[in-house]
Amino acid sequence: MAVGREIKKKIGSVQNTQKITSAMQMVAASKMRRTQERMRQGKPYSEKIRSVIGHLANSNPEYRHTYMEPRDIKRIGYLVVSSDKGLCGGLNVNLFRALVRDMAQWHNQGIESDLGVIGNKASRFFRSIGGNVLAELTDVGEAPSLSSLIGGIKVMLDAYENGQIDRLFIISNEFVNTMTQSPVIRQLLPLEPEQGESSEHRWDYIYEPDARHLIEGLVTRFIESQVYQAVIENGACEQAAKMIAMKNATENAEKLIEELTLIYNNARQAAITQEIAEIVGGAAAV
Amino acid sequence: MAMTMHCDIVSAEQEIFSGRITMVSATGTIGELGIMPGHAPLLTGIRAGPVRLKFDNGEEEIFFASGGFLEVQPGVVTILADTALRAEDIDEAAALDAQAAAQRALEDRTADMEFSVAAAQLAEAMAQQRTLAELKKRRR
Repeated sequence: MAVGREIKKKIGSVQNTQKITSAMQMVAASKMRRTQERMRQGKPYSEKIRSVIGHLANSNPEYRHTYMEPRDIKRIGYLVVSSDKGLCGGLNVNLFRALVRDMAQWHNQGIESDLGVIGNKASRFFRSIGGNVLAELTDVGEAPSLSSLIGGIKVMLDAYENGQIDRLFIISNEFVNTMTQSPVIRQLLPLEPEQGESSEHRWDYIYEPDARHLIEGLVTRFIESQVYQAVIENGACEQAAKMIAMKNATENAEKLIEELTLIYNNARQAAITQEIAEIVGGAAAV
Repeated sequence: MAMTMHCDIVSAEQEIFSGRITMVSATGTIGELGIMPGHAPLLTGIRAGPVRLKFDNGEEEIFFASGGFLEVQPGVVTILADTALRAEDIDEAAALDAQAAAQRALEDRTADMEFSVAAAQLAEAMAQQRTLAELKKRRR
């Protein structure tokens, strides 16, 4: 029957899309479990090292690392953690919006920013809107190794050491739960003292072997672990957002198919009615 | 009751231990360390080796850490290990294999492997052995 052939084709194509989105949903769901597990495992270390660094920034060490000295802010740096792939709803867009808002605030105070980007999405975003990108790390994959991130981190740290930037922030998505991921901006450098402790009490650690080596090693480890954790967490966010996005897409496709089927049936009914009317009309004429 | 302090051992991969103890001993970069409640704030690197925890019921537990940092705060000891294992989880055969392989690499200087890398691996394998030996001694 010629009637509604276009509609039928359309239904077929929506069904195909639905198959793909539902498959992607399932893939994202299983990946999410794995990335979430990885994120959970790394969390204690990054929290503990953060608190040790907090204590250290609070103390009065005999050796002050450049990372511990707050400077006047003339220029700031961001490490932007985004996903490599799209199809994950508003995840990256929300992140960029938060980042641009923050950059605009600094800009109003006459402070410009440099960027180190991780992930294809951020690199593409800043290529299109412009922005002074110092380092770019793309295709880090789902299970990034620390060594693959170190290059990008080092560029930003060098910029800080050279005095090109006076503060370094990291912006990434925080995994609240499967439904919610929110962008957060955290300060990496200079190191922030732990909140809620009085810094008036002057004390210092005993260092073994010597403060300089120890602090340098610890600080480097700290930055690496924070960036690594942010990348891992962002990965978990990506999979969760992707799962939700694909779930919505599958449901929308279902709705579309229902509507199209209704239209198709209507058209078919109308065609049959018309045919009968024509036959009856023809018979009456004879 | 003996004085206790809180101790956390975390490795980059996971949390290994968290609880109250009466004493911890580990291998610091410049020698063996024994830390008891009331220790002054201390920050030190640790080498690959056993980490012993004593609890106030007299029991002990042994872990293996392959290097990292140790921080003492009033009442809290934090060990940030590069990798840490419960001593029971160390696979003795694997540790012996690793030791043998590292030793071979050391002797065979022509091999591609860096000398320093081989030396580090050997040290780690031997530290694992040391942890195991200590564990066995205690069990007897």
